[in-house]
Amino acid sequence: MADQPWKQVEPTTAARPGTSRFAAYLKAIFAIVRKDVAAEARSKELVSAMLIFSLLVVLIFNFALELDRAARENVAAGVLWVTFIFAGTLGLNRTFAAEMDRGSFDGLLLAPIDRTAIYFGKMIGAALFMLLVEAIVMPVFSVLYGILLFKPMLLVVVLLGTAGYAGVGTLLASMAVHTRARDVMLPILLFPVTIPVVIAAVKASTGILLAAEWGDVAPWFNLLLVYDTIFIAVAFMVFDYLVEE
Amino acid sequence: MSVSAPRNLQILTVVTAGLMLIALGLVFLYAPQEATMGEVQRIFYFHVPSAWVGGLAFFVTLLAGIAYLRTGDDKWDRVGYSSVEIGVTFALMTLFSGMLWGRPAWNTWWTWDPRLTTFTILLLVYFAYLMLRQGIEDPGRRARFAAVYGIVGFVSVPITYFAIQLARSIHPVLFGPNNPDAQGSGGPLTPAMLQTFFFSLFSFTVLYFTLLWHRLRLANFAERVEQLKAKMMSA
Repeated sequence: MADQPWKQVEPTTAARPGTSRFAAYLKAIFAIVRKDVAAEARSKELVSAMLIFSLLVVLIFNFALELDRAARENVAAGVLWVTFIFAGTLGLNRTFAAEMDRGSFDGLLLAPIDRTAIYFGKMIGAALFMLLVEAIVMPVFSVLYGILLFKPMLLVVVLLGTAGYAGVGTLLASMAVHTRARDVMLPILLFPVTIPVVIAAVKASTGILLAAEWGDVAPWFNLLLVYDTIFIAVAFMVFDYLVEE
Repeated sequence: MSVSAPRNLQILTVVTAGLMLIALGLVFLYAPQEATMGEVQRIFYFHVPSAWVGGLAFFVTLLAGIAYLRTGDDKWDRVGYSSVEIGVTFALMTLFSGMLWGRPAWNTWWTWDPRLTTFTILLLVYFAYLMLRQGIEDPGRRARFAAVYGIVGFVSVPITYFAIQLARSIHPVLFGPNNPDAQGSGGPLTPAMLQTFFFSLFSFTVLYFTLLWHRLRLANFAERVEQLKAKMMSA
């Protein structure tokens, strides 16, 4: 043992008797999520900024588009998603920037865990913050625009769209944070790549809100599933290379 | 490292210039005038090969990105970067030649057609690629990030295409299943048109590899200059 000191850090990643490797991996992910949530619960700077920003966007759209009742029903899904995506970009920008500024990301990298666990932890954290903002914006939106948004399928679409957006966003945010103009860089990198999610989410939401037949909504819904699967898989495969120092 | 181009590259450059001239001659002198579209149809012989070269260039970037991540060899980073620059140039040419054609054929410079939209998104992905590279100082990190973005960006394209293709397209499809909604396509191509087209496609492909070779030499020189600079500074 003495000539192999690195052996000592192994138990946290892998086999402690009775826990499988996968359970240890999940534990690592959960620890990172818990850390991000705890930090946010104390500072509240991220979610409150995202929230105020979202409400402003919703109000600005109302003036910019001069929505009457009929127009409102047709554009509601588009306005909603644009709001979520702008707010999401704000949040994603901060999740890595805050780590970098405090120098805590290096600490995270030193932790004896699989690097991809950091990706999933960060991604779940970002998705949680987006979902929290969405959970507050949607009722407000319902009241202001006079459209009932509480349909179970719509909530599933919001969940899938947010997961896909946070998945790719976390990957690209970990890159953008190292660039010179990091706040501007993220949307430039992220928007062209996430266009399929936005299209699919808007089309599926519109279909659900206008009570279209499931046959018309299903292709968009499937596209969301396909996008989430492919991009989270790609992110999982390449994330190691982004944090390799 | 010799400054003058290697002999093979010199020959290739001359051959490419010859091929392009012949292609030009074929397009304007050999290919017949198209019945419904008239002279403007001749854009097609450059428009489609440019689009092909754009796609090929980005595909090469994808492969170079994977190769870089697997081997860590800087050579692949230079291939990917060079290929993106060429691809963006040809993609822009495709876009503008398409607009020139669309104005008489569709009576508009731009329409939100699936094929047009996905192509433009593709272009934006690679503009972002170039901006990303410019924003990173550290060469190793720049290479890794660029490789990752080259992969993620290319994967997004077929999905974007599929996403928008759920709607209908008015862009003509000449090869593969015919597009019943297409507007502006004439009749089937005559043999002379097909010969011209395939010659042009071939010439453009050769042009791509010639440009890539030249661009790679430039990248190698730039790398060498960086090394010499670093040496001077430390001395």
